[in-house]
Amino acid sequence: MTQIKTQYNRRSFIKVSAAAGGGMLIGFSWLNGCKPNTPEPEPGVAVPNEWFEINGYIKIGDTGKVTIYSPNPEIGQNVRTSMPMIVAEELDVPWENVIVEQAPLNTGWYQNQFAGGSLSIRLSWNALRMAGATGKRMLMEAAAKEWGLQVSDLAASEGIIKESNGERTISYGEIASKAVGLEVPEEVELKAVKDFKLIGTSQKNVDGKKIVTGEPLFGLDFHRESMQLAVIQHPPAFGMKVKDFNEDEIKGMPGVHDAFIVDTSFEDSDRFDEKGFLQLITIVGNSIWELLQAKKALKANYETVGELESSGMHSKRLEKALVSGEVQESRKDGNPDAAFKKAAKVIERTYTAPFIAHNTLEPMNFFANVTEDSAELIGPTQTPEALEGSVSKLLGLPLENVTVNMTRIGGGFGRRLYVHFGVEAAAISKKIGGPVKLMYTREDDMTQGTYRPTYRSVYKAGLDQNNNLIAFTVKGAGLPEGPVFPNRFPAGTVENYSAEKIKSETNVTTGAWRAPRSNFTAGAEQAFLDEVAEAAGKDPIDFRLELFDRAINDPVGEEHEYEAERYAGVLKLVKEKANWGKTEPGVHRGVAAYFCHSTYVAEVFDIVLENDNPVVQKVWCAVDCGIVVNKDAAKNMIEGGVIDGIGHSMYSQLTFENGAPEQMNFDSYQLIRHSQAPKEIEVFFVENEIDPTGLGEPGLPPAIGALANALYKAKGMGHYHQPFISEKQIVG
Amino acid sequence: MANFTLNINGTKQEMDVDPATPMLWVLRDHLKLVGTKYGCGIAQCGACTIHLGDNAVRSCQLPVSAVAEQKITTIEGLSENGDHPVQKAWLEVDVPQCGYCQAGQIMTASALLEKNPNPSDTEIETAMNGNICRCGTYTRIKKAVKLAASSKNV
Repeated sequence: MTQIKTQYNRRSFIKVSAAAGGGMLIGFSWLNGCKPNTPEPEPGVAVPNEWFEINGYIKIGDTGKVTIYSPNPEIGQNVRTSMPMIVAEELDVPWENVIVEQAPLNTGWYQNQFAGGSLSIRLSWNALRMAGATGKRMLMEAAAKEWGLQVSDLAASEGIIKESNGERTISYGEIASKAVGLEVPEEVELKAVKDFKLIGTSQKNVDGKKIVTGEPLFGLDFHRESMQLAVIQHPPAFGMKVKDFNEDEIKGMPGVHDAFIVDTSFEDSDRFDEKGFLQLITIVGNSIWELLQAKKALKANYETVGELESSGMHSKRLEKALVSGEVQESRKDGNPDAAFKKAAKVIERTYTAPFIAHNTLEPMNFFANVTEDSAELIGPTQTPEALEGSVSKLLGLPLENVTVNMTRIGGGFGRRLYVHFGVEAAAISKKIGGPVKLMYTREDDMTQGTYRPTYRSVYKAGLDQNNNLIAFTVKGAGLPEGPVFPNRFPAGTVENYSAEKIKSETNVTTGAWRAPRSNFTAGAEQAFLDEVAEAAGKDPIDFRLELFDRAINDPVGEEHEYEAERYAGVLKLVKEKANWGKTEPGVHRGVAAYFCHSTYVAEVFDIVLENDNPVVQKVWCAVDCGIVVNKDAAKNMIEGGVIDGIGHSMYSQLTFENGAPEQMNFDSYQLIRHSQAPKEIEVFFVENEIDPTGLGEPGLPPAIGALANALYKAKGMGHYHQPFISEKQIVG
Repeated sequence: MANFTLNINGTKQEMDVDPATPMLWVLRDHLKLVGTKYGCGIAQCGACTIHLGDNAVRSCQLPVSAVAEQKITTIEGLSENGDHPVQKAWLEVDVPQCGYCQAGQIMTASALLEKNPNPSDTEIETAMNGNICRCGTYTRIKKAVKLAASSKNV
């Protein structure tokens, strides 16, 4: 039996009041919340105030309908369905009676949320369970009082409270109003995982109907009377700055209300303010089409204020960094140099990946309405709190005078962790003195991104005469951050091991891109391991399992950042499901496993060659993300990760010449399309009772490794440089 | 500027706009029909797909002056209650992730099924290849197209 505290030091995580229109309203701290059975923070650590911030609400109406107000940004992970499922499970109400509503705009209820790092479910799990369980407990207390019984004399299920030794029943709706005056219990009991009825089932996306009928949900769809529209123009290259433009001519064009250079710089910016161009030409009007014509007619002068970098320069910089760059993090076990000297076989391979853009299909945009003493922002952001802070700094307004509300988000992938487009909308609104919606064109979006850095890593392995792995080293450099996790696998499995994460520099703006660094590391490491297994004459899965055995039974070094049993678990599951070891003639198989964002995923790819072109016939995925909340939606996330992984490693790249991105739209920047997607993807979950972990990112990284390994089998050649399509053996 | 009378989702609409204005912006900016999405502006992503007569077209490349009397259908007008077989199949397969591209996908798929009620896998891939889904819901889209095809044939 799991008990969970609802308060700490007499401060409650829960507030209960009467609901407008009858019934009970439970307010709780949606994210972070409290921790189970550990209300005592570590000595000297204060309980963060956010834990007490009421920003989630459950309304139990007197009709028995339960409305859950979901505050979380929805970027496509389906948390607006899966999170309410967790509440409904503990509250114990039929899912058909649950209505999920978006926070009404402009209430200020739903600030300070965040969607990134596959953290949404992980951070909310306990808070959501506690809120549901508290509601159930209080309704039962109200019924007990009504009937002159003890709570222990009652049972509640599916929205009905029943007398255990009698006939009386009462619905949640009928008793809800009477639960309002009761004291919130200090501690409530959570369901045992085995008693879950809703969690683990598949429930449809609560916004599905709105999406398929084209309702206005997204930032770009937001409209307010008297709102104007704005487009911007940034310099063509990183390292350049806007000087001036043909202002008078532009202002005279049809539909143009105003044109000016807006300055979005402010003191004390942080990492979410990443942006290469702080001064932007802005054109304001009422019609996007007319604004785009004006944008075309721009004649601007730019000055060069920094280095104009090219892709060739980037490659050289990475090569140099690997030799003499600054090591950011490292780990060393044993003596790899000595071990390589006595090794019977030494394998060394170099892997690279280019810059890539996020290319969310909904381009960056934001609505802002700035007045003398306030700023209101509405749009697609993954980090409303960071935006609020930045706008407050830009405008010199106190934080409480800035409100940020979120719309549905047309794709995130990390791009909308960065807040400059909201800041720009605020600066433009201030300048014109009225409400405005800023829209990026696709070209704007692609050429002033916060890109996935370009990477280069060298992997080296040594085998002894008995084909045991006795040494393993990795050195990885990135522009700017190196793609190495020194304490991840294979740390802990090899006697002589070293990992060095090396930093370099660029003035191209970069940031988090779905599964940061893992999106490269997994592909490189897993492809390399296959070549090592081959040199050792071992089956790729057996070879990996041997390494995990070492980490389980006799780990090398003091720590590693993964649970070897769970890692091995997904490999064993995918081995069984894919019937590993048995393939049809002409089918080429690859496997990979990776751990990131607290989730373990192993994938097997089957590839056939059609006219020498690889076609992914089938993908099997085995996933250990702890308890699965919404099964089919969880599968959808993994399927998307697999397709995204194939797409970006196979087809996508952003190259630079004289500081300018050479790809500006989808005619030159390739994204994966229908015909290139796998014909079939099957997803299996490891069943356990571990608290759920994220799914937004972990499906992607192993896909690149499994793809590379299947391509190696198909083509008889390794694939070291992304995008794989530009490696000659694929094209030819 | 010029006057146009358009037939959109069964309703006559009078407009006074620049004849070169693409239908995408007529729909979004002038008529506030924002279910049709902007994704690339160069007919590469398919997010802006609408029906011109019975054909799926990219509205970002369709100037309002080229429409004349032809019937235009957008996602808002595909069915009265969101119950077109393709929309129903999309819900049944639970296709969307972020959802931004799905209106365009649905418009392409519904036009395909009007012309070819039993498309093969390859025919589906070919017809849908101009619609990018950045979240990667392609396998589900194919499943939903097939489901819609089979339910239409019942």
